Amino acid sequence: MWRTFGHLPPEPIHTSCLAFPVMDPIAASREPAPALPQALTVSQLAHLIRETVRSNPLLGRILVRGEVSNVQLAPAGHVFFTLKDAAAQISCTLFREDAELLGFDLEDGMDVVVSGDVDVFPRKGTVQLVVRAATPAGVGAFWAAYQRTRKKLAAEGLFDAIRKRRLPSFPRRIGVVTSEIGAVVHDIVTILRRRYPMAHVIVAPALVQGPGAPASLRRALAAVADRVDVVILARGGGSLEDLWCFNDEGLARAVATCRVPVVSAIGHETDVTIVDFVADVRAPTPSAAAELVSPDAVELTAQLNEAGRLLAQEIREILSVRRARVKGLGERISPRGLRRSVEANRTRLQEMRETLASLGAREVARHRERLGSAGRRLDLLSPLATLQRGYAIAEREDGHVVAHAADVAAGDPLAVRFQDGRIHVRVNDEAPG
Amino acid sequence: MTKEPTFEESLKLLEERVDALSRGDLPLDRALAIFEEGLTLYRRCHAILADSEQRVTKLVAAAEGLTEEPFPVE
Repeated sequence: MWRTFGHLPPEPIHTSCLAFPVMDPIAASREPAPALPQALTVSQLAHLIRETVRSNPLLGRILVRGEVSNVQLAPAGHVFFTLKDAAAQISCTLFREDAELLGFDLEDGMDVVVSGDVDVFPRKGTVQLVVRAATPAGVGAFWAAYQRTRKKLAAEGLFDAIRKRRLPSFPRRIGVVTSEIGAVVHDIVTILRRRYPMAHVIVAPALVQGPGAPASLRRALAAVADRVDVVILARGGGSLEDLWCFNDEGLARAVATCRVPVVSAIGHETDVTIVDFVADVRAPTPSAAAELVSPDAVELTAQLNEAGRLLAQEIREILSVRRARVKGLGERISPRGLRRSVEANRTRLQEMRETLASLGAREVARHRERLGSAGRRLDLLSPLATLQRGYAIAEREDGHVVAHAADVAAGDPLAVRFQDGRIHVRVNDEAPG
Repeated sequence: MTKEPTFEESLKLLEERVDALSRGDLPLDRALAIFEEGLTLYRRCHAILADSEQRVTKLVAAAEGLTEEPFPVE
């Protein structure tokens, strides 16, 4: 069979044996062919090899798995690299238009499956694999896709610290997006109940692994975000594949645009997913996430008690200033007026004593002591104290104080009160009227 | 509808009462009134802390959209 060289593009060769294609041109060259030179030029040979390779269906549209090495980016956008295994290697070319659609960056060490065609570049006389597409394989696969998404979102600024929102100090409602079974949701709810029982916890169940997980997580997040002040997005530990859904670009974007702050707690502390980068706060574990979103009831109690203590202290000081003023004035007013004032303050103090009693046992003891001493000081100002200083009070038998001489008539029975008792007397004389 | 103040709001109001008292120069009646307000707030906060029992619900899809149903936690 005749073949002409340099005939481009080549006609397809139909060989009957795919495994061992017949090398027609070489066989043909032994036939007399007066129009052709006897020796091949290098170009002819190179093209011959190329035609041979191109025409072999075993070398077209093939899948090859290997490790990427020696990646070089050409200025024009093409990517050159070597694909190798333990015993062999082959040069690969990824043209720009294919590189742009690849979806991730090839990097040295990456385990990939590429698809493409074997071809020969006559200019360098090399056999190459022209890669049309590639997918990461094994652990390297996940790693590559992870890197791609991470770089892409980082470039968009989705991981920037300035985007991170502060968590609410006192969330009224807390959303938990996770599997509704298992330890994670249980741990979170238990911690929230202990630390911050006044919050309402809304669990939004979702698949947390497998192909359906990203969409399920997105749905749960969207559903719960409208009802809560903060969301915990959590999953327990698992393999790289198990955690894979948290590297999903769509989920990461949903977290970034969530209406309320999101705390992520995915896998173990050493697992960092794309969602962790995007979340407003990344917690090392689900339990830690629960602690991050909730104020501690013990601390709140302490804060509250401090406010109560200050409240009591302020009012005590205010009262003590007034008391000092009352004392000063008390020296100059009548026993009856003073008694009224004392009674009024005593009543008020009694009220205060009762109200302060609610500030806790320790507070009560202290307040009682303070109020007791205030009471004693008020007693000093009372008419009884006046008696102790040697004065006496004239009273009617019903106990009413006689304050004016004009109020009694001769013959009236009166009682005179001394500090140690009363004596009964009768009026001999009356004031000139 | 007037909403019951939350713990956070009540605590903030309580702290405001303390600040008001600490500024002094209030008439006694006013000071006592503020004190009593503070006390009410203090008691409310304590009650919220002591009495709250956590509600836990889960979202479930229903015919009319999402609803919440109790989420059992042992």
